[in-house]
Amino acid sequence: MKARQVYVPLIAVVVFLALWEALVWVMGWPNYKMASPSDLVPAYEKYWSLFLVMGWQTLWRTVVGLLLAVVFGIMLGMVMGFSRTMRDALYPLLVGFNAVPKATVVPIVALMFVGAHDFNTVLIAFIISFFPIAVSVSIGLSTLEPEYRDILRSLGASQSTIFWKIALPKTLPEFFGALKVSVTLAFIGTNLMEIVSPHGRGLGALFDSGKTNSDYPLMFAVLIALAFLGIVLYYVVVALEKVFAGWADRSV
Amino acid sequence: MENLIDIKAVRHSYRTASGPLPVLDGLELSVPEGGFVAVVGPSGCGKSTLTRLVAGLLIPDEGEVRVHGTRITAPRSNVGMAFQNPVLLEWRTILQNVLLPLEIVPTKLTKAQGEARARKLLALVGLEGFEGKRPSELSGGMKQRASLCRALIHSPEVLILDEPFGALDAFTREDLWQIMHRVKAEEPFTGVLITHDLRESIFLANQVVVLSGRPAKTQFVLDIPDTGPRTLDHLYTPEAATMLNTLRHQIEVAQGRAPAGAAA
Ligand SMILES: Nc1ncnc2c1ncn2[C@@H]1O[C@H](COP(=O)(O)OP(=O)(O)OP(=O)(O)O)[C@@H](O)[C@H]1O
Ligand SMILES: [Mg+2]
Repeated sequence: MKARQVYVPLIAVVVFLALWEALVWVMGWPNYKMASPSDLVPAYEKYWSLFLVMGWQTLWRTVVGLLLAVVFGIMLGMVMGFSRTMRDALYPLLVGFNAVPKATVVPIVALMFVGAHDFNTVLIAFIISFFPIAVSVSIGLSTLEPEYRDILRSLGASQSTIFWKIALPKTLPEFFGALKVSVTLAFIGTNLMEIVSPHGRGLGALFDSGKTNSDYPLMFAVLIALAFLGIVLYYVVVALEKVFAGWADRSV
Repeated sequence: MENLIDIKAVRHSYRTASGPLPVLDGLELSVPEGGFVAVVGPSGCGKSTLTRLVAGLLIPDEGEVRVHGTRITAPRSNVGMAFQNPVLLEWRTILQNVLLPLEIVPTKLTKAQGEARARKLLALVGLEGFEGKRPSELSGGMKQRASLCRALIHSPEVLILDEPFGALDAFTREDLWQIMHRVKAEEPFTGVLITHDLRESIFLANQVVVLSGRPAKTQFVLDIPDTGPRTLDHLYTPEAATMLNTLRHQIEVAQGRAPAGAAA
């Protein structure tokens, strides 16, 4: 990673915060309308230990939900990628499932497993994020040119050898493209549940308590913390992509 | 003479949504050990289907395909294939791509020996120095040469080439023809070459088989006399012109555009 790649985005963030501060100052907005970055510093100072604990809660539940989505999504994608019948059977179901607004599913799940807060949150993060992974893997597998298969099949290779040596690596770029979408979705899912479910934990719950106490700077501080965590998760995926599918990047 | 490949009275249909599609009907083909047969025929007549039969990727409805006298009922590791699409794996270097078959077929070569052999083959086709490159860094002709090395690395008994030069420009194609002769001299193989280029067929093969239109049967066989090492000049001799004319006429017959028998 070159220094350029660090300081250019950093400058962009600083410029963004400065513009935000200036906007609030010029418009003369009170705190309850729009907090400015300088209001956030005291909020972080006051609640830093809460931010750490809640941030960790949000983080681990998102990651666990996402890992489940990866495992399940790949398996579902394999089933649909290798079998035409399964693809025809499952696709409409999946699309319908994905089309249901998740904001409606969250309260249902919260009621269904009331009290099991960790489980609920992981479940929602999982439900919301497996779809892109399953679709990308199934498309990657089903669009594999027959010649790739034939090269190995004519040598007597088994289906699983073909999967590990060709089909899976060839699908990795699409998989990581989907994972970048999924990681953000899982994060949104986690937060939805944290906000909705009573006595919740995590940054979503912290946001909710800011709302109940009319602590507007705290609410904005949570938003920024969420954005920060989201960026971190996203770039972890980007780093993994570089390691495992860097060959697909033709820009270098 | 003992034939390495023997195809007898093969019929085959594909099952499609609109009923069975007869593709081969009365296909006969024999290739002696060390022979190199070119197969030409109208587009869509069943040439690629023929290669899949020889590779054991497809079992015919009727008739039999034998290699070394053994009836083919499943893929065996003794074939090498190259297609119009070079299908190199982008996440592997050229050397690793060439080595791929050795990871699958049983081999007596150690890792080091395999690698040495791969380097030797790459040098033979003029790809010395490109071992560590990625496929995307190579031109179309170079990719096709690497694909050829991969088809040969495990010393297959049968080399199957399905229009491997079809997508290349004329000059690159002629380059590759000469490379093929060099490879055949160094690494003898028994080959089946599908092509739609009649000049290519008479330049490379020692027998040209013309298939009829779909469903394909063996319509015509032309033996190319062995007159020693071939150069591109051979394509401009009166003998070559006669052969090309004969083949062109046969293709027109196969396409149903000329009556059989009448000489061109
Ligand atoms: N798996 C398949 N299922 C159904 N039909 C097929 C299948 N494979 C090929 N065909 C059909 O069988 C016929 C022969 O196909 P084949 O690929 O063997 O022809 P070809 O001579 O190689 O054609 P080309 O000159 O275009 O390479 C074509 O009409 C094709 O559409
Ligand atoms: Mg073909």
